[in-house]
Amino acid sequence: MVERRRFGDVIPHLILLIGIAIVAFPVYLCFVGSTLDQATIANGQMGLTPGPLFFETYWRTLFVGTSGTTREPVATMMFNSFVMALVIALGKIAISIISSYAVVYFKFPFRMAAFWMIFVTLMLPVEVRIYPTYKIAADLNLLNSYAGLTLPLIASATATLFFRQFFMTIPDELIEASKLDGAGPFRFFKDTVLPLSRTNIAALFVILFIYGWNQYLWPILITTHDDMQTIVIGIKKMIVTADALTEWNVVMATAMLAMLPPVAVVVLMQRWFVKGLVETEK
Amino acid sequence: MASVTLQDVRKVYAGGVEAVKGVSLDIPNGSFTVLLGPSGCGKSTLLRMIAGLEAITSGTVSIAGKVVNEVEPAERDIAMVFQNYALYPHMSVYDNMAYGLRNRGTAKEEIEKRVAEAAKLLAIGDFLKRKPRELSGGQRQRVAMGRAIVREPQAFLFDEPLSNLDAKLRVQMRIEIRRLHNRLKATSIFVTHDQIEAMTMADSIVVMNGGRVEQTGAPNHVYRFPATRFVATFIGSPAMNLLPGRIAGPGEAEIAGGGRIAFDPNAFDVTPGREVEIGIRPEDLRLAGSGEGALTFKKDFAEELGATRLFHGTVGEGAVVVALSGPAPAGDSFGLSAAPDAVHLFDPASGDSLRRA
Ligand SMILES: Nc1ncnc2c1ncn2[C@@H]1O[C@H](COP(=O)(O)OP(=O)(O)OP(=O)(O)O)[C@@H](O)[C@H]1O
Ligand SMILES: [Mg+2]
Repeated sequence: MVERRRFGDVIPHLILLIGIAIVAFPVYLCFVGSTLDQATIANGQMGLTPGPLFFETYWRTLFVGTSGTTREPVATMMFNSFVMALVIALGKIAISIISSYAVVYFKFPFRMAAFWMIFVTLMLPVEVRIYPTYKIAADLNLLNSYAGLTLPLIASATATLFFRQFFMTIPDELIEASKLDGAGPFRFFKDTVLPLSRTNIAALFVILFIYGWNQYLWPILITTHDDMQTIVIGIKKMIVTADALTEWNVVMATAMLAMLPPVAVVVLMQRWFVKGLVETEK
Repeated sequence: MASVTLQDVRKVYAGGVEAVKGVSLDIPNGSFTVLLGPSGCGKSTLLRMIAGLEAITSGTVSIAGKVVNEVEPAERDIAMVFQNYALYPHMSVYDNMAYGLRNRGTAKEEIEKRVAEAAKLLAIGDFLKRKPRELSGGQRQRVAMGRAIVREPQAFLFDEPLSNLDAKLRVQMRIEIRRLHNRLKATSIFVTHDQIEAMTMADSIVVMNGGRVEQTGAPNHVYRFPATRFVATFIGSPAMNLLPGRIAGPGEAEIAGGGRIAFDPNAFDVTPGREVEIGIRPEDLRLAGSGEGALTFKKDFAEELGATRLFHGTVGEGAVVVALSGPAPAGDSFGLSAAPDAVHLFDPASGDSLRRA
């Protein structure tokens, strides 16, 4: 038995290790690249051990920027990306939780029509409606602003559906008990629905933050000023066609930095997440 | 505390189901009234209309003499205990009880005082900081009652609050609820489909069937003088035996192929020759003495219950259950009789009791 169990453990672990290696190795290479100087990388002399320029490269990347391509330090880009991702995630959650609440708990004319209209927008992600959306944003003077960067991405059918499904699992008796306890629709939302949705909100926040952070097409259209660049666009701009002119060490440092906030969100929220899951477990 | 009066209350659901078909009730101040009936008879619907959770199609509901048809649930000043307790899962026991008072703007000291009193009364003082999921079923039940008590409402409404508990706890809680009622003397309306619960707890039982009230009265009265065949068979366990028969003479009825039995001629409005349905409770049947007009019972099998023995068999064509204590009668067939005032007569067509008003 012991033999067999050990053997049984080895194979899955091996597979997992290989998987991790496949994912982690390029990231490691990227890190190594970010600690070398540009010439070493360009000449193809990059090894597997980090070089001596860690602090120098990251300092330059964060606070000085590349000499020609982006003209803004990465710190600015990170700030822009962070604002964008945060506003999109919070905005999506706020709007969709309110609209699901309306659709699930209120009887009003064309309630189902409203629900289906939200549902249909699943088929209209920003890529599909990009021209009209751009036109509207431009007409509203939203170019090169945080509002323009975030507002058009906020309406979210997915999150609305997600909350609707969750609300439908809240027992009717809880609403009735609230009614008898003198809680109106607003109190019921604030005192019962919102606290019960905590874990769902946390899960959704992780997904939506990463969604916002990774936005590429929309920011590239809506921002033209250097100081409004997001980090994803920054990386793209740093890579110029002539290989020799690309500051690969800075590119790689930027890529490393771009990874940090989503990772941080996942790690931080995961704790919260598990706590929440354990708490609501019945 | 207040009386609750229903006048010709009807409920037709959106789909066209007529769940309550005209119910008039007078629930006096301070009484413990049980709405009893089989599943789907409209008990919950009726209770929810009193609570204000369901719109009233027609008729009026009054609390303390005031028509409340258009009054919001929160303003009706009633408290409800739900079948699944409906405690707020994210709030502590204390907050669950305090929530309704806070929403009404009760002063903090007053809330603390009332919660402490209720907690003491219900012996849940040790759990005030816990969340509902950290409690057992019986404790949750108590918290749900505590939430109702702290409100000091005009009336308590209970919708099958004991049906999620195991048999032993159910017995214990029903005693506790009744004891609580004796103490608080608050008008209570309790919905159940369990006739034992109804018999043991009620001051007054309202037996419902198919959206209508079949009979209202004290448990003992409803048990002894059932107004309809439905009430007769629904109350009492095992159910009352019903046998088709005919009035043979004054104070005597005959069961086709089964013998004769005496009934109280003054209690019933019948003439000889009339077809009737004869009802006798299993516990009212006894072994017939010699020379007594008796029913011939053919035994099929017996169930041992300890204090009594249940004999299943037939009298004439009809199935009959008899509960007997004492030594088992010998043989597969024996004579049965019953006290004349334990014999009920019903109209075979309408099922109404033929008892004189
Ligand atoms: N929301 C609703 N829409 C349509 N019909 C309903 C609705 N709620 C209940 N009914 C119907 O009304 C009738 C009475 O229901 P009700 O819940 O009052 O029964 P009950 O006596 O409480 O039964 P139980 O003991 O099973 O709880 C049933 O036939 C039920 O199907
Ligand atoms: Mg019910």
